[in-house]
Amino acid sequence: MNRRSIKMLDKPYLVWSVLFIIAPLIMVAYYAFTDRSGAFSFSNAAQILSYVPTILLSVLYGLAATVICLVVGYPFAYIFSKFSVRRQQMMVLLVMLPMWMNFLIRTYSWMTILGDSGVINTILTSIGLEPAKLINTSGAVILGMVYNFLPYMILPIYSVLSKMDNSVIEAAQDLGSNKKQVIRRVVFPLSLPGVLSGITMVFVPCVSTFYITQKLGGGQIVLIGDVIETQFQSANNYNLGAALSFVLMILILICLGIMNYFGADDKNDGGVLI
Amino acid sequence: MKKKTTFVSKLYTLIIFVFLYAPIAVMMLFSFNSTPSTYTFGGFSLHWYKEMFTDSAAVKSLENTVVLAVATALIATVLGIMASVGLFNSKNRLYKRSIMTATNIPMMNPEIVTGIAMMLLFVFAGALINKSDVLGFWTLLAAHVTFAIPYVILNVMPKLKQLDMHIYEAAVDLGCKPYKAFFKVVMPQIFSGIITGCVMSFTLSLDDFIISYFTNGPNFQTLPIYIFSMTKKRVKPDMYALSTLMFVVILVLLILMNVAQNRAERKGKGDAE
Repeated sequence: MNRRSIKMLDKPYLVWSVLFIIAPLIMVAYYAFTDRSGAFSFSNAAQILSYVPTILLSVLYGLAATVICLVVGYPFAYIFSKFSVRRQQMMVLLVMLPMWMNFLIRTYSWMTILGDSGVINTILTSIGLEPAKLINTSGAVILGMVYNFLPYMILPIYSVLSKMDNSVIEAAQDLGSNKKQVIRRVVFPLSLPGVLSGITMVFVPCVSTFYITQKLGGGQIVLIGDVIETQFQSANNYNLGAALSFVLMILILICLGIMNYFGADDKNDGGVLI
Repeated sequence: MKKKTTFVSKLYTLIIFVFLYAPIAVMMLFSFNSTPSTYTFGGFSLHWYKEMFTDSAAVKSLENTVVLAVATALIATVLGIMASVGLFNSKNRLYKRSIMTATNIPMMNPEIVTGIAMMLLFVFAGALINKSDVLGFWTLLAAHVTFAIPYVILNVMPKLKQLDMHIYEAAVDLGCKPYKAFFKVVMPQIFSGIITGCVMSFTLSLDDFIISYFTNGPNFQTLPIYIFSMTKKRVKPDMYALSTLMFVVILVLLILMNVAQNRAERKGKGDAE
């Protein structure tokens, strides 16, 4: 294996990435700007305008779920990053374990819990309260998103917090910061890379989900993912579906760009990932 | 004051875990239901576990899933190692950066976009060769390998960067053949990254629904696809039984892996110092 043959090693992957990463994206653009017969057209782009409210609604749901994940997940990650090393490993395992369950089944299982005659309502009626309308509400959809993607928020934040240099915190305390100040002005800014990576990992799947809205929203709440899924699986309008996916992709790229802008440096090559 | 905060944080941890495990507990409970309902518990029975093993479609899709995941892990790992080593040794920075950017695309893009982009490519290519049923095992394999390779590269690359290339050169200088030096010197040092990448590829493939949903065909169904078609109708507890069983298998595997790792660590401590 001389130098030249080492350089050849990445060529299969080069071919692979052109074929299966770049070409598919070109296909999306191609379908987005053609009509059924394959002729160039802007009709899909024009149709997108009628889906702007749906897109905004998706972003809103994604934001809500992401904020809840952050508010709930950060303190949790902070608490267990203070545990002993052995218990930290246990906690990481326990947080990851539910993700090994098929996500369709986990989501469906929430239907059993939230349903009109489900677990919660059974408990409510048995203690003499009125049953509540839980399933097929926007609350249920957001709950499903938070439930499915919370570990993706917890783990990157924990990963940064556990590697944090303790002497920095001690220095802040020595210089007279109280507990709140230490967290607000030292710990939180230092954990920002983990927070940003968590936000990305939660926001992207939340905005584009279709299964969670189908099951927990019961078709009452239609997000961009549902519209795209319908175009491909039942309406058979690949061109409109491609155009919507194109918009979704651009939207996500803009969001990631804004976040990278605020997150400044790109030193971690995905290193914060678990 | 101190005692109070620890109590609060313990309670908080407990609440989060209840939230994370509630659906799994419910699923396990209802897998033992004697009635076909997933809403009211009628009594304890093993009926659905028996039913599950006689459901040939479920067993077949489970088999498909495992075959696909093994193939994905093998191909993605080999291609990923080759790409990492090649890119690591490449002097062309622009080339390196563009490949790494392409590698990031499947990880940043929403899965639904990756899925439909692949599907469009396959459908388009199928139309070119006048085949309407292109979607099947091979398209699934191509899609799964594509989203798995980045994870292999991301795990192997940092290990290569940590590696001291002088050791490899020393081995070659001392008369070791380059490929032998690679397997004897480089391989052991990047091995942990390879294993992590391989395991991640396997589990990602095993669990993938969204990308498979768009790239699968009627001839080759994976378990998540089968479960999806089941949840379109009303789910019977046999799906819960199957998931419970898989959960238990994974739990046992994880515990075994943990035990093995701890043992290796204890042994490794003796060697390293």
